[in-house]
Amino acid sequence: MSGALRHDLLRHRLGVTGLALVALLIAFCVLGPIIHPTDQVHTNVELTNLAPSAGHPLGTDADGYDVLGRLMVGGRATLEIALAVAALATLLGALWGAVAGLAGGALDALMMRIVDTFLALPAVFVLIYLATIVQPTVPLLIGVIALFSWLGPARLIRGETLSLRTREYVEAARAMGAGRWRTIVRHVLPNTLGVLVVNATFQVADAIILLATLAFLGFGLAPPAATWGGMLYQGTSYLLDGYWWEVYPAGVLLMVTVIAFNLVGGALRDVLDGDAAAGGRGGRVRRARTAAGPPAPAPSAASPARSATSR
Amino acid sequence: MSGFALRRVGQAVAVLLGVTLLVFVLEHLTPGSLAHAILGPRATPAAVAAFNAANGLNHPLPVQYLTFLWRLLHGNLGYSYRLNRSVGPLLAGELPNDLILVGLGFAVALVIALPLGLAQATRRNRPVDHVASAVTLTLYSMPSYWLALLLIAGLSVGAHLLPPEAGQSAGTAGILQDPRGLVLPVLTLTLVNVGWFSRYVRSAAIDTLAQEYVRLARAKGLPERLVLGRHVLRNSLLTVVTLLGLSVPLLLTSGLVVEYVFNVPGVGLTYWTAATNADYPVELGVTVLAGTATVLGSALADLAYAALDPRVRTR
Repeated sequence: MSGALRHDLLRHRLGVTGLALVALLIAFCVLGPIIHPTDQVHTNVELTNLAPSAGHPLGTDADGYDVLGRLMVGGRATLEIALAVAALATLLGALWGAVAGLAGGALDALMMRIVDTFLALPAVFVLIYLATIVQPTVPLLIGVIALFSWLGPARLIRGETLSLRTREYVEAARAMGAGRWRTIVRHVLPNTLGVLVVNATFQVADAIILLATLAFLGFGLAPPAATWGGMLYQGTSYLLDGYWWEVYPAGVLLMVTVIAFNLVGGALRDVLDGDAAAGGRGGRVRRARTAAGPPAPAPSAASPARSATSR
Repeated sequence: MSGFALRRVGQAVAVLLGVTLLVFVLEHLTPGSLAHAILGPRATPAAVAAFNAANGLNHPLPVQYLTFLWRLLHGNLGYSYRLNRSVGPLLAGELPNDLILVGLGFAVALVIALPLGLAQATRRNRPVDHVASAVTLTLYSMPSYWLALLLIAGLSVGAHLLPPEAGQSAGTAGILQDPRGLVLPVLTLTLVNVGWFSRYVRSAAIDTLAQEYVRLARAKGLPERLVLGRHVLRNSLLTVVTLLGLSVPLLLTSGLVVEYVFNVPGVGLTYWTAATNADYPVELGVTVLAGTATVLGSALADLAYAALDPRVRTR
């Protein structure tokens, strides 16, 4: 018993650590530029590739931008896009999944095949293709990344809905004449809120990686916009020159951010699950699926599919 | 079983059709007309009309889609005007390199992740488990290119142990000509895969350990070694089947990144080059291929799973 309690506390501590890291990162990105204001728009050839100094705590990059300041600005863009993606994808996915799960039959099958179709295309490939057609902008990136991120929540919420729709209170609501929308919005979705929040947190982490991958491959936002992935893309050219400040800070920050959101998501899941021992990311999600019925349970449906396209 | 299999294959076919439709839509998102892209901006209207007629571009969209589908069914992935080559043979020549790279990364990761995940599950919440979890969470949270950069910086630029680039020999499976150049790319893929494979195996094994047949095996006094070897390990092999099917998109994506970072001649690098040159036919060909691989992977995994675990079929 005391072991389980200690474990609970540890889990909690990890969650608290993650939350603190997220708060620190947000402060760094939002308050940072006020304390350390820099020009991240105009390039300056006199300031290229300077080593860290009092004026530039993390040096400058090949365009003469202050690296510390650029990390703040880039981080802000990264977080904004990732949070927007998670919100949009969760909303769309939840509605889609709830409608499919409640409708059942041919509509359900059709809706789920659409989800499968999008899941079958690795997001990075399609996003790169789209980036060769149009120059990415912030709203465009949010929309397009969300277009490939709502699939996880859709499957998850469909599974939850399938098990919820046989509950007495849902049946009672329908018996009393509640329409499909009312049933979904008032009875089904509120009861999947925990699963949704956990999933959305993981989605922020995944969106950050996806966004940075695009930028790292050279298909991110156009300069002078800054993103961590873009900084890595540029800094990699100087890996051999010893300009460590152009590579490592962005990479470390990226990694810490993703870890932080994963920690928060994991802790949230444990707490909402009421079962801290659920293990990796599988826990509730997988159980919800296996309880939910068709199609084939574990293989194509287990939770790791959610992140399988993002790395 | 046959009912389940039939249904699953039907699903896969439907999804494949969806994939081709999506790629067809993507193809028609390209800016400007194909005729002008090929013949140049000053092509005469007559030349454009002749080109469109020759390539079936003057037909209605549904007809064009069916032609596109017919073409794909015959293994024709299109023609790259930029490289002046057919996309199919181009990719087929590079596929062996990808299969070696990604296959090695997958196999080595499995050899590490399976025992690791099982060991963690049986020692749950002990220090070993916590340390391993911390490591795998870090790997899991690392973008593959960041890991690749760290490995290059440490083992190649720093210690001069390994080349930062894969072998460049042409020919079938050319990367095998230079095994040392293969180490870092495979290591990167392995670590990326271990990050989420072991987390997956761990949580699957924890579920297995809580099953009644495991409790029964223990209750009847079976030595722990046999409980783990005969009951838990065997059932964890089911998760390997799942992983095989699930990880196709991940393998493709990390393959693309690793090929880009280590300059591995393969489909991923070709895709990247095509994207920087706006070589749409190659991009779309690779996308069709990637989608097909994903659909086949998940369908095969589901079928194998159903063959191995009768409980799945009865649904």
